[in-house]
Amino acid sequence: MKRSGLLLALVFSLGLLLTAGCGGDEQKPASQEGGNIVIGFNIPLTGDIPKVGESSRQAAEMYLQQVGGKIDIAGKPYTLKFVYEDNESKAESAVNAQLKLIEQDKALGIIGPMASKQAVPGGEVADANQTPMIAPWSTNPATTTDRPFVFRACFLDPFQGPVVAKFATEEFGAKKAAVLFDVASDYPKGLAEFFKAAWEEIHGPGSVVAFESFTTKDQDFSAQLTNIIRSGADVLFTPQYYSEVALIVKQAKELGWNKPIMGSDSWGSAELMTLCGDACKGYYFSTHYAAAGATGKTKEFIDAFKSKYGYVPDDVAALTWDALGMMVQAIQNAPLTGNLAQDRVAVKDALAAIPSYDGITGSMKFDPQGDPVKSAVIVKINDAGEFEFFKSVAP
Amino acid sequence: MLESLIQNVLNALQWGSYYSLIALGYCLVYGVLLLINFAHGDIFMVGAFIGLGVATFFLGNLGPELGLSGPVVLALTIPLTMILTAAVGVTLERIAYRPLRRKGAHRLYVVITALMCGLVLENGNLAILGASRRSFPQLIPTQVYDFGLFSVTNVKIAVILAAILVFIFLQFVVTKTKMGMAMRAISWDKFAIPLMGIPVDSIIVFTFILGSGFAGLAGVLFAMSYPVLEPYMGAMVGWKAFIAAVVGGIGDIRGAFAGGFLLGFVEIMVVAVFPSTMRDLISFTILLVILTWKPTGLFGMAKTTKI
Repeated sequence: MKRSGLLLALVFSLGLLLTAGCGGDEQKPASQEGGNIVIGFNIPLTGDIPKVGESSRQAAEMYLQQVGGKIDIAGKPYTLKFVYEDNESKAESAVNAQLKLIEQDKALGIIGPMASKQAVPGGEVADANQTPMIAPWSTNPATTTDRPFVFRACFLDPFQGPVVAKFATEEFGAKKAAVLFDVASDYPKGLAEFFKAAWEEIHGPGSVVAFESFTTKDQDFSAQLTNIIRSGADVLFTPQYYSEVALIVKQAKELGWNKPIMGSDSWGSAELMTLCGDACKGYYFSTHYAAAGATGKTKEFIDAFKSKYGYVPDDVAALTWDALGMMVQAIQNAPLTGNLAQDRVAVKDALAAIPSYDGITGSMKFDPQGDPVKSAVIVKINDAGEFEFFKSVAP
Repeated sequence: MLESLIQNVLNALQWGSYYSLIALGYCLVYGVLLLINFAHGDIFMVGAFIGLGVATFFLGNLGPELGLSGPVVLALTIPLTMILTAAVGVTLERIAYRPLRRKGAHRLYVVITALMCGLVLENGNLAILGASRRSFPQLIPTQVYDFGLFSVTNVKIAVILAAILVFIFLQFVVTKTKMGMAMRAISWDKFAIPLMGIPVDSIIVFTFILGSGFAGLAGVLFAMSYPVLEPYMGAMVGWKAFIAAVVGGIGDIRGAFAGGFLLGFVEIMVVAVFPSTMRDLISFTILLVILTWKPTGLFGMAKTTKI
């Protein structure tokens, strides 16, 4: 009697799960033959940086709402469909998500992955399967190198590293720098190395006095920070994601660090200030756009986003918006035939051929490598906790 | 060089304190039930989240009405979190471990059940609260005391003191009280003990209350020093604390305490000297060597089984 009750409960809950799964999944995997354009999103909805995925999805949803779920291609209306795949902010899951988007969901183009850790392996899969992809937020050069099908919407670390090094030299008069980064992640590791190279070019070899590392998921950085403080560095550069920044900055202060700390575009998440609070105020980071004091199209986007979701969009949202805009423009320009493999190649060619796209993070044009030529912004976190425009640096 | 050493010893004492507090919980449950409660690391995580919930409740909902200040909220948060976390631990014992024990299931099944319970807690948290990181509110202003040679914060001192006090308290409970005597007795022979009129179930529940309560304390203290909370924060710390308890000699309170600090010390020192990628490799090699040299752990006793 008891056992059968348990069985019933199990069957019932399984049934519930199944119906719940089906309810949200009305759109069958569709190709563009039925008048559908499928764009896949390979984004981190769980894992280390869930806010990045959420921002990206919110921007995409807003885009879909603004165009009314339809786009015109050669005078005919097509239904626009977005498929969101969670890559758990892991490299291997990003590969699986990418394959699923390409093979199962029949995506014409892919937006994402966001962070370089997933975008570098994700780009490999997209290129091997001849599917155009735009990584909105990945700044590591390896993402697009020798991959004709892979593009990006942001500047690169070989540009960002020197920008930060130059800014710290001029603004703080710093001569010795310390770096703290995650060796197990492509983005911080690459950027830390570009920064080190740029710094030593300005100040001579050995001027990066501490080059300390940790591994993803570490929570205690006291040993590394002790070394950094004892090294006598004038500025600390930490190109980490927002959840780690909150821990690093707090621990550095607790160990007696009172000099400037600089970050990179990975700081620019809407969640940085809720996690870090007062500890991060007064520090600087390089990023793609500054929300405070924006004008024109950028301001329109910020206002629309803010009234819809109740907070100022971060650079991930803005870059997703631009990446999506470029992808849609390329799809509209491409001669679509209905054959998925051919259309993917056509969209890739159309992306490469975009003369100049006027996005909300600045105007951009792809170079032969698939990277846009655009400028960086240095942002200061002001006392109100806003990301305030401080300086613009053109390439 | 000396400055770095002193500073790193302090860092290690703080980091080791968490391992010790969690290892003590492993040790208590193992000592009584011979059960490795793999869910313990996740109970620590639940403790941190309960602490967050309690603290924000007093700060956000009641604070403005009653005018509670940060330190008062902290004074309320710690005991309440310990009680609530203990309740979670006892619930786990009630619904997962006790039925198995009643049926006389092999110890292996109980250990696997514990692993499952840990996953249920992690993913339950993920499902209920979502993947976003939570920030623990700053309840007491962090004071940095800079002594030139080294600097400490009030939180750091509190954490180290808490670990030492908990150790002394548990040592007292286990060796000097009747409850402790009963706990040791169950560990000695759990079949003969009911015959002596000792309520085995109550003693086991008491063990879980102690272990989980201090995991809750560790959770709050951890959240105060590392204020970014996420559902998987307990997994790795839990595993490592378990290893610390084994190295110390699982089942021995002194062993768990010393093992926790030893692991914290080794981890911090390896990072201070070598690249951080070598940390787990070198620290666990050291622990492995200790176990090879003394398989029962630092404070463990060799047991002989009569057939």
